[in-house]
Amino acid sequence: MSLLVFVETANKNYKKTAFEAVYFGSKLSEDCHVLTVGNHDNIPTLGQYGAKHIHVANADEAAQSDNQWLSKVIADKASELDAETVVLAHTAIGRAVAGRVAIRLKAATVTGVAGMPEGKNFQKQLFGGKAIATYTSLASTTVMTLMGNTVKPEASEAGAEITVFTPEALSPAVKVVSVNKVEGTVPLPEAELVVSAGRGMKGPENWSIIEELADALGATTACSRPVADTGWRPHHEHVGQTGIAIRPNLYIAIGISGAIQHLAGVNNSKVIVVINKDPEAPFFKAADYGVLGDLFDVVPRLTEAVRNFKS
Amino acid sequence: MKLLVCISKTPETTAKISFTEDNTAFSKEGVQFIMNPYDEWFALVRAIELKEKHGGTVTVINVGTPDNDIVIRKALAIGADDAVRVNADPASANFTAHQVAHYAQDKDFDIIFAGKETIDFNGSLVGPMVAELLDLPFFSYASHLEVEGDTKTITCDVEGGIEVLECSAPCVISATKGLAQQRIPNMRGIMMAKRKPLEVVEPVDVSETEKITHLAHPEGKSGVKMVDPENMEELVRLLHEEAKVI
Ligand SMILES: Cc1cc2nc3c(=O)[nH]c(=O)nc-3n(C[C@H](O)[C@H](O)[C@H](O)COP(=O)(O)OP(=O)(O)OC[C@H]3O[C@@H](n4cnc5c(N)ncnc54)[C@H](O)[C@@H]3O)c2cc1C
Ligand SMILES: Nc1ncnc2c1ncn2[C@@H]1O[C@H](COP(=O)(O)O)[C@@H](O)[C@H]1O
Repeated sequence: MSLLVFVETANKNYKKTAFEAVYFGSKLSEDCHVLTVGNHDNIPTLGQYGAKHIHVANADEAAQSDNQWLSKVIADKASELDAETVVLAHTAIGRAVAGRVAIRLKAATVTGVAGMPEGKNFQKQLFGGKAIATYTSLASTTVMTLMGNTVKPEASEAGAEITVFTPEALSPAVKVVSVNKVEGTVPLPEAELVVSAGRGMKGPENWSIIEELADALGATTACSRPVADTGWRPHHEHVGQTGIAIRPNLYIAIGISGAIQHLAGVNNSKVIVVINKDPEAPFFKAADYGVLGDLFDVVPRLTEAVRNFKS
Repeated sequence: MKLLVCISKTPETTAKISFTEDNTAFSKEGVQFIMNPYDEWFALVRAIELKEKHGGTVTVINVGTPDNDIVIRKALAIGADDAVRVNADPASANFTAHQVAHYAQDKDFDIIFAGKETIDFNGSLVGPMVAELLDLPFFSYASHLEVEGDTKTITCDVEGGIEVLECSAPCVISATKGLAQQRIPNMRGIMMAKRKPLEVVEPVDVSETEKITHLAHPEGKSGVKMVDPENMEELVRLLHEEAKVI
């Protein structure tokens, strides 16, 4: 049975989430088709991660921001291939198109799949990780988004057959005014290492010790909700139930008590380290490693140890 | 402006989650319910602000059983003008989206708001599905929205940044943090809400596309290993050799 993966193009290239989706698709089906928007030099790398056939929609990369158009392109390709599964990454674009594509195909939909499906059964977490649900597809097609960090893609020497096609033109209803992305650091949803801090920091002026630790590790910074709400840190750093949910390999929580709403966004991290001076802090119960102590002493010491380890 | 806000009811954020006997649904026993925070704090309040600035009406819609009326009344108390409840226990996002789209299809709403996601099912699906059913543009995770005449300028959160988009057509917008500030209903609002219209309509048929066949609790952590705060070299060693994350 054939399967279609849509991968997002970012500056004529692909992010980790794209390779994960392709790799996941290739493990699920021998006949793994990949759809990409915009013709550029990095397309063949998709073959190394398992794409057998790559369909290049000859359009401007910015067109991906119009999910109405994009959904039609994806759904049309899926129908043409009679795809049993449509795989998307669990990104802003992936989530915006999943429901639309499903409606077009009268398909089942499961967003946030976090493991290899078994037949028509797809697993995802509900309630910010408080439950694991098995969804059974009752339709002939299933549209799913794949949580980051679910598979570890391995590149091979394989190549793919590449076909370029011209999709229907854009509808003029949506205009992109500007795109503004933080340069340099890995965005939080894609980060493998995260250093996060909370109200225990006392004030924004103390954040340099957090930034230095993050820098030493090559990690991305995050924060608890009150920290973002009071403007100590930018909103995009806010993790938790009402912020973003992340799933890094390592989450270091510094001066964060571990309220249930905070945990909802981070408890899927592979390894959690908690640094807190209160032995009763609930976060210790959700941690793999704990350090009981004053963060203003512990954090610089940890930074030092990381630097020594790296050199 | 004619605005529609989709509101859902979810367990309160600290609720202890348990399942029905056959492990296929959440147990409602002893669980406190609230309006989904994204719907209440951001979608509803921004809609009310737009009405206050530009005139018009804010209608809220919920797909749910009669016990949801308490949540709907709260939305009216915060400032919505009227409400519709589609009388059914929603089986899926697909079901809900069809009900909302069916209700909205001939009413010419300028904007239909949804929340980013429900905090129980974490689907992020109802908004885009409604948009597709009505053939409208959809803007996900809007953290800012301005309206001038027909033009809506929408800031959407994307990985690692924002995207600013413009749209002159009617559209569907999913609300996230930043779009508005939470409003607490006041006494006058609560009194007025009792007299505001709440229409109950019956659902249209929708064929099921997927269903939950099993629910389980995740495996907990096996216990925390405490590391001496004086010895951070040891923590680095553990992260490298034992956890293998650095
Ligand atoms: C509906 C709802 C949604 C919510 N959503 C979110 C969400 O998405 N994300 C989120 O984070 N919160 C959320 N919250 C808030 C949440 O309940 C907590 O209030 C919040 O997470 C607490 O933030 P904190 O841990 O930084 O602060 P606190 O709870 O004040 O904890 C500070 C911690 O720092 C420690 N500390 C202080 N000084 C030091 C020191 N010198 N050295 C070491 N440790 C120190 C203290 O022991 C304490 O444990 C939500 C709440 C509600 C009601
Ligand atoms: N039963 C419902 N009735 C009305 N609106 C709903 C319902 N369920 C979900 N929604 C809306 O759809 C949004 C996304 O829900 P979900 O797709 O479940 O994550 C919510 O924030 C609500 O705005």
